[in-house]
Amino acid sequence: MAKLKGWREIPIGGAIVEAGNAVEYKTGGWRAFRPVFGQAQCIHCFQCWLFCPDSSILVDAENEKMVGFDLEHCKGCGICASVCPVNAKVIRQAGEQLSRDDPRLCIRMIEEGKAK
Amino acid sequence: MSKYEALTGDQAVATAMRQINPDVVAAYPITPQTETVEFFAEYVANGEVTTDFICVESEHSAMSACVGASAAGARVMTATSSQGLALMWEIVYIAASYRCPIVMSLVNRALSGPINIHCDHSDVMGARDSGWIILFSENNQEAYDNVIQAVRIAEHPDVLLPVMVCQDGFITSHSMERVEVYDDADVKAFVGIYRPERSLLDVDSPMTYGALHFYDYYYESKRQQAEAMEHARRVIPEVTEEFNRKFNRNYGLFEAYRLDDADVAVVVANSTAGTAKIVVDSLRAQGLKVGLLKPRVFRPFPAKELAEALRHLKAIAVMDRSIAFGYLNGAGPLFIELTAALALHGVHVPIADYVFGLGGRDIKPSEIESVYRDMLRVAETGRVERLVTPLSVRE
Repeated sequence: MAKLKGWREIPIGGAIVEAGNAVEYKTGGWRAFRPVFGQAQCIHCFQCWLFCPDSSILVDAENEKMVGFDLEHCKGCGICASVCPVNAKVIRQAGEQLSRDDPRLCIRMIEEGKAK
Repeated sequence: MSKYEALTGDQAVATAMRQINPDVVAAYPITPQTETVEFFAEYVANGEVTTDFICVESEHSAMSACVGASAAGARVMTATSSQGLALMWEIVYIAASYRCPIVMSLVNRALSGPINIHCDHSDVMGARDSGWIILFSENNQEAYDNVIQAVRIAEHPDVLLPVMVCQDGFITSHSMERVEVYDDADVKAFVGIYRPERSLLDVDSPMTYGALHFYDYYYESKRQQAEAMEHARRVIPEVTEEFNRKFNRNYGLFEAYRLDDADVAVVVANSTAGTAKIVVDSLRAQGLKVGLLKPRVFRPFPAKELAEALRHLKAIAVMDRSIAFGYLNGAGPLFIELTAALALHGVHVPIADYVFGLGGRDIKPSEIESVYRDMLRVAETGRVERLVTPLSVRE
């Protein structure tokens, strides 16, 4: 952990004057649920990348592929799983409640500390 | 060349605002401040100022718009009273903590309830720990002069804190008085051009205002705010001195009226100080050694200077226009702060508090005289009979 600065060393008014320094703040430890990427199901539509509030969707820009999650910053909010069109189209039995870690999902949410 | 005009207190403030020509004004109408913004809206409509005037849907939004505009690098002003200030509450604190040099005219009015539109100081006293610099004005001239100085104080790079300029609702805000209005060019030259070091609109150096500060940095940010207030102790007299020279005035941290050789004194802020001066003159004519101290700068509180100015007295009466509920028998905040200041600086003069004028109740010269008579007795006996007196409340 970086040494904390004294009151004379920080910008006044609580301002952040370096753009893009949120990357230095590792928020992965806040996570209760971890997203798991189902590569086989993914259609690389980039909806998760578009919606992720923490810029934690890792992509291969050259080949236009979604490749996984930046777990150092992902807070586990699950928005990626909610907006995933593949998740929405998983066929289920009448009345079947789909669990968040169902293996048919493209983005599954696994409780931290539990096995996949 | 300056000229004399007949202006209400609200109009005097609006005139100062016209001359300052701020970049942004966001305000919501509330009695008795409304006139200021009405006059100013007229200046905007007539093209006498180039200000972006934002009509908002509440005072909470007014102060929010002010904070946003100030963070974007604009010179910003607003005005409010009583419930308006109360509704602004959370943003009032945020303006100070983001170090936004906003100038606000606060026309003092009693806080509800019971609902009331007339003068007392419960609104400003509720904001005394909000981190704003607070100036009091006895009359329309002082309100006008304080608003002009407030811009320079707020925007000083060592300060960068918002300033509220107080005057008494209706008593001065709606009374017409003779006001010396300085030449537009002189006022503009005095306030200068605001050049903020940082701005949200500076796309070459993008920045963030309002980021979360946990236990790791919140206190450091507050420590800076406390330091800025300390800087204001130095900057306010500097700005005031320059103003006095340029416009031939005689302002200080407070006004000492016939105080030097006085035995007893009353400490009272805003318009009542004007009435008290008449009482002082009439008692002096009877050979009684009475004086007056009128606070002008309330935040930062000039504890040391006040203690020195009052050290030689035999009795002091504080007159409070609000109650600090639960402190001591209905005593007011000015009394609390002054007694602490005196104790801290080793001044042990008998002192009593008189709470008066709540909700706009008239204060008559005869009542102020009764306070002086009480104090003259205290000066003789050295004993305060009654620490806190609610003045002219019906039993």
